[in-house]
This record gives sequence, C-alpha cells and structure tokens, in this order.
Amino acid sequence: MADDVWILGIHMTKFGKYPDLDTVDLAAEATMAALADGGVTMKDIGVLAAGSLMSAGLGMGQQVQKQIGQTGIPVYNVANACATGATALRTAIMAIKAGECDMGLAVGVEKLAGAGLLGGGGTPKGEKKIFEPHGRYGAVTSVDGRIGTETMPGVFAQVGMEYLHDNDYGKAPFELFARISEKNHSHSTLNPLAAYQKKMTLEQIMGDVMIAYPNTRPMCSANCDGAAAAVLVSGERLKTLSAEQRRRAVKVAASVLSTDPWEPACQILPDVNTLTRNAARQAYETAGVSPEDLDLVELHDCFATAELVHYDNLMLCEPGGAVDFFESGATWRDGSMPVNVSGGLESKGHPIAATGIANVWEICHHLRGEAGDRQIPDAKVGLAHVIGLGSACGIHVLERSAA
Amino acid sequence: MEGDVAGQVPLVDYLVLGEDPHLVANECTSCGARFFDRRNACAACSATDFRKAPVATEGELRAYTIVSFAAPGVPVPFVAGVIDCDGTSVRGNVINIDPDADHVKLGMKVRLATYVLGVDDEGTEAVGFGFEPQE
Repeated sequence: MADDVWILGIHMTKFGKYPDLDTVDLAAEATMAALADGGVTMKDIGVLAAGSLMSAGLGMGQQVQKQIGQTGIPVYNVANACATGATALRTAIMAIKAGECDMGLAVGVEKLAGAGLLGGGGTPKGEKKIFEPHGRYGAVTSVDGRIGTETMPGVFAQVGMEYLHDNDYGKAPFELFARISEKNHSHSTLNPLAAYQKKMTLEQIMGDVMIAYPNTRPMCSANCDGAAAAVLVSGERLKTLSAEQRRRAVKVAASVLSTDPWEPACQILPDVNTLTRNAARQAYETAGVSPEDLDLVELHDCFATAELVHYDNLMLCEPGGAVDFFESGATWRDGSMPVNVSGGLESKGHPIAATGIANVWEICHHLRGEAGDRQIPDAKVGLAHVIGLGSACGIHVLERSAA
Repeated sequence: MEGDVAGQVPLVDYLVLGEDPHLVANECTSCGARFFDRRNACAACSATDFRKAPVATEGELRAYTIVSFAAPGVPVPFVAGVIDCDGTSVRGNVINIDPDADHVKLGMKVRLATYVLGVDDEGTEAVGFGFEPQE
C-alpha cells in the first residue's frame, strides 16, 4: 500500500471553442501533454480513469487509449455530474493507494460550446393532449416552471438566496452576487487558458441578460470545450525519478469524495452545503492543515450565487460570515485568501468533466511557481473543490514539494 | 379517493384537490422524515413504513429566484421558490405577485393557492398549485 500519492504531470487545454476537434482529440491532447509534463509515457501507466459526462456511455478511457497507446491496463470510465473530473482523479489515486500500481492517469473532457441552458425541460409535444399521471410524482404534464425550476442557474440562485435568508442579510442581493462575478472576471484577464479573459464592470454584469435572478449571464459558468489530465505517482516510485521530476511533483495531501447525507430539505433544493462541509472537514484533517494555511483556493463557482456559500462551507470564514468575508476583499487575488484566481467557472469556463482536474492544474501551477503573471507568491498549499448535483463533492488539498 | 373532483386532475399526485386543497407527503412512521415521492426505505433512518401526512398550507419563503430564461415551452418570467411550511420544505412557484425583486422578498409569508393550468382534449382540467402572498 502506498503511503502518499503525488501529481507528477498535469495539463489543461485552453478552454474555448474547438469546432474541428472531438472529445477524443481534446482528451488525447491533454493526456499526451500531462505525460510529457511528468516525463513519462503510456508504458509507465498502470491504471486509467476517464470522464466525459455528456458521452458517458462511449467509453472515453478506451477511446483515449486507442488514440495514444493501448497497453491493456484497467480503465475506469466514471460519471459523477460536475464532480466527474475529481472522481476520475480520485479513482487513479485510490488504485495507487491500494498498491495495484505505482503510476496512474486521470483525464476529463467535455464539449459544451453552444450547449445553452442546462437542466429543465418544457412540455413534450404529443399527438393528442390527455392529462395522465406519469413518473415518480404522478405529474400530468411538465412540472418545470410550474413547480419551481429545474434549470441550473435558477437552482443555484436559490442556493445563494437561501444563505442570505438564513443569515439575515438585509441589503439587495443582486449587487452582492454581481460583485463576486466582477472579481472572477477580473482575475480571468491574467489567465491565457480561460475561455473568456474580459474584465467586466459591475454595471456591465448587472446590465447583462438576466437568466435567473440574481444571476445574469456573466454570473453563470461558461459552457465551453476543454480537457484536463493528470499523471499520479506513488511516493516510492517518485523517489526513483529525477531530481527535476521530484522538484516539480505536487503532493496530494488529501483526496476526498462525499455525497449528501439526509437533510430534511434536500429533496426540495439540492443541499450543496452539508456534503461540502463534510468533505472539507475530512480533507483538512487528512492533510493536517487548517483553512488559514491555504495560499489559494479554486472552488466551484458554477454560478456567482454558489461561490458565496462555499466560502462558508470550506470554512474559509466564520460560520455565517461569508458576506463580510467577501466584502473585506479577502478573496481577491491580492487578499488574504485568494479564491478562483483562474477566473473561475464564470470566465475560465466549465467543460464539466474537465473541471475537477483543471482546478487541480491551477493549484499545481502556483505551487510549482509556474503561474506567470497570475502567480500567487510563494504558494505552498492550495485546495481545489468541485460539486456535482445529485450530489457529489470532490476536494483535493495539494502541497508544494519540499525537494 | 379523498379530494377527487369530477373533471379535474391534480398536476401531481401529492396535491389533494377539493374544498381544502393541500399537499400530502409520505411520512416515515419511525423518524417523521417526509418525502413527496415514493421511497423503498427512509433516506434518513432506513425504516420501511410510511403514512400519508398533510402538509401545512401556510409558510415562509426561504429562497427564491426569478427565472427569465427557461426551456422552450416554459412561460417566463416566473418566481420559483422554497417554502418552509411549518417545518416541511416545499418546492413551488410564488404566484399572484409581480415577478420582480421589489415585490418578492425573502422571508415573506405565503399560502397555498391552486389554479387551472390547462384543459386536455377530453375536457379534463389540470389543477396546479403555487404559493401566494398572505397579505
């Protein structure tokens, strides 16, 4: 059994639009680059975990092998909503921890450019309209729009609004959430791999197309294409590698996956809070770090309304204190706890299955001191968080190599 | 069954029509957890016995969004929310209100209201529900 697992090589493609490449091309590009980054080849790899949520039935892992090297190793094709990438990463980590192999690969890819609104559906068109009960709720017609909303911008809008309700926030919610988006769009200007690198003023954000109050379009994660991949290695095997490989390796200090435990309201509005808190608690304990030790955090800002609640869920602030924490400026890149210096999902983009590895790539980039203009100085420890509705939460705590 | 009204069907099977329209939940007899769909065992305690329990028709708006952009066929704007009905969380639209942030407020008191949402080709009316301001 391996005591510790490290990231040896990691890569994300630029996120954006790739009309001429398919998911296999993008996954192969990210994987080849991650192998090159780690100084190894497919011959070194003992396990492959792959995710591509929108084409989960197609066996992305095997397709990547056919594209870059069929060595007969076990493949795990995983799907866990927006936590798919983190789940792939953790699957490879678990195989190494279990001692089944000493090097593994994880890849996540998605093509979402132009996908539009995710979640929700209208009334199906039938020949003759007869009200007959269907499904688990005996609904006689579509309930989306009649009993709440099933669209993601609307669901996560309520998540943020619920936080304000529970913490007696008395001011107008719209500007507060728009200012979170302003931060992330500002951060994105320093990230050449972001799908959008455009600074936006508060007025531009608030004046843009309203999707689901208080989320306007730039406050929603950007649908785009992209892939990310990582090579994982056991600590024992790492010792046999070159000094340069050891210096650039990043330690996986904690890898946690959680689902939501029963809460009375979780069937009504997804509870993205309890499972994140549980995962965070476990991650800090495993890594032996506290939130104050973190130099940067990449958290799942699928919507501006979601970022706020995760300040609290990840215990970056006092319980109930997320608004004050944000308003203190702490989460800007020059603040005490930089959050989403990549630009976050709102501007970097959110190619679903790639996101949970791309977030880790961002942290690794800073821990290796390779983040260029957006480098957080002397970063030693970082945390990457994703959440997929259903729900699944993945958290990875990463530490700079001492070598 | 209780609440059957000639010529009308409820939008969902947990809406009971009749003189006193209300929602009904499947309640775990062991721990009291409530579900609006069927469960094989309780998600909270894993017990397997459930009973029908009426849900309070008045409540407080805990969270909302005003949806301006939805799937084709879904009329916008509408107000979607989470209503705390005396301890039971309910998903529903806030209706009979101007759908803007000047009128919809977190914490506002609301009550269940029903409305005819359509008629099918055999003349049967479907009745939906929402929550309207108490004042």
